[in-house]
Amino acid sequence: MQIQQLSVFIENKPGRLAEITEVLAEAEVDIRAISVADTSDFGILRVIVDRPKEAVIALREHGMTVSLTNVLAVGISDERGAFSKVIRILANSGIDVEYIYAFVSRDKGKAYVIIRTDKSARAAEVLTQNGVEILTAEALYNM
Amino acid sequence: MFFQKDIETMKRADLEALQLERLRRMVDYCYNNVPFYHERLGAAGITSGDKIKTLSDIQYIPVTTKDDIRDHYPFGMLARPMKDIVRIHASSGTTGKPTVGVYTQNDLDNWSDNVARLCAAAGVTSEDIVQISFGYGLFTGALGLHYGLEKLGATVIPASSGNSEKQLMMLRDFGVTGLVATPSYAIYLSEMVREGEYPLSAYKLRHGILGSEGCTAEMRERIEKNFGINVTDNYGMTELGGPGVSGECEYRCGLHFAEDAFLPEIIDPDTLERKAPGEAGELVVTTLLREGFPVLRYRTKDITRLNYEPCRCGRTHVRMDKVMGRTDDMLIIKGVNVFPSQIESVLVGTKGISDKIGPHYQLIVRRKNYMDNLEVKVELIDESLLDRYRELEALQRAIHDKLKSVLGLETKVTLAEPKTLERFQGKAKRVLDLRNMED
Repeated sequence: MQIQQLSVFIENKPGRLAEITEVLAEAEVDIRAISVADTSDFGILRVIVDRPKEAVIALREHGMTVSLTNVLAVGISDERGAFSKVIRILANSGIDVEYIYAFVSRDKGKAYVIIRTDKSARAAEVLTQNGVEILTAEALYNM
Repeated sequence: MFFQKDIETMKRADLEALQLERLRRMVDYCYNNVPFYHERLGAAGITSGDKIKTLSDIQYIPVTTKDDIRDHYPFGMLARPMKDIVRIHASSGTTGKPTVGVYTQNDLDNWSDNVARLCAAAGVTSEDIVQISFGYGLFTGALGLHYGLEKLGATVIPASSGNSEKQLMMLRDFGVTGLVATPSYAIYLSEMVREGEYPLSAYKLRHGILGSEGCTAEMRERIEKNFGINVTDNYGMTELGGPGVSGECEYRCGLHFAEDAFLPEIIDPDTLERKAPGEAGELVVTTLLREGFPVLRYRTKDITRLNYEPCRCGRTHVRMDKVMGRTDDMLIIKGVNVFPSQIESVLVGTKGISDKIGPHYQLIVRRKNYMDNLEVKVELIDESLLDRYRELEALQRAIHDKLKSVLGLETKVTLAEPKTLERFQGKAKRVLDLRNMED
């Protein structure tokens, strides 16, 4: 159920994001989902890849600060209120959402979001109980 | 451990009598052999050593500045003809023309005695194998330690600087027990050991004799921890002949001056008035034995204190504190005096901060809208903080708040990627003052 997400520390300077993604390309790692958030002088790149361990090794070899975090990839049908339903389930179970980002899939009528919560295992449990689709790592990597 | 115990533990009264006698002789010597001093001393009415009745009469001798030495570059202040000179050294010349060090054979002998003393005080014996990782060449550090250690009877490896992998290989293969290096290079090597494939037990290192740039207590702790060694600090400069001016004993409570060869004073850098013992100010040094290039009351620009209390080690020679800053390194930011060493102490020595960032840092001073601001750049190494922004921001805030309480100044703290700030093998240049370059 849990997906391994890479968090990479990046300084805000021209070309840095390009360099990091080039390292991933060189290591023959495919990016499945990506999100960058930044403050005025640094950012954290969050990225889901098909081969997280290889990606971490390649990035560390290039002197980058990287960590692995468990997140959930949740499938949401393309209808009104579907996303809020998922968030409500988490809220009612006392689970805090740290951040969310969406990514594109090839399935019609389905949207996928990456959710980082403070209790990832518990979140997977309550969402499954409530019939929410959670992607396995394998399914996501092979998308 | 002593190298010349009779001199190093001499009664203060005897030491001061010896200093007075040597000072008088030095005044005569300079007056008669160096045109610059002939003129300066003459103008001050000190036309012979007899005018100096007590040690405190030294205050009537005019000070010598770095500019004086520079104005007489390279050989204008020599007291001996070149045929008596056997060696020339020079500083790196980071702030202009290099400063030359010029030695007679007696100067070299005295120099290596003084260095042998500081190495013995640091605990080095003839049993030790010492690797000198200072750059060899014109720089006084490498050859100064080299001959001093040989005089002490230690085994010397003249490794010079650079090629760090090979440095570590020699440390392991030759069973090296002592390392001579700059503190920043020692940190660099110790980081390599920590991250390298060989365990710490592959190294037999016991002593680190670090010098040529400032070493804070926190940097020292880090080197000692990474390397599992005992670090001592020593002090010297090309103008005074290089290392051997002062050095720490095993109790590490100040650097013992080689007071029979160098007479120290502390003055107020603005008024030039002498400070009372124990007060901080600029260190001024008179050489008592140098023949080739003697200096009277040389202004070192280093800020420190002198402690005349007897030391547990038995040495009677005065101890100077670690240099707190340079009169010309001192940054004045929004009217606040800031020494880079204060910032370093915060970064390397604060719980909850120093384990999350690397030991290297850079200070950038800018002026915007007529207001100075100081940026402190540090390298983030703790990967566990990456999950949440607020943890990175909390780290930034913790550094900011601690700096604020130590400096009384607002700073901008910037987190940089690991190993992106410049590493220095020689003197670290960590301050970038852009105030006169930007609008």
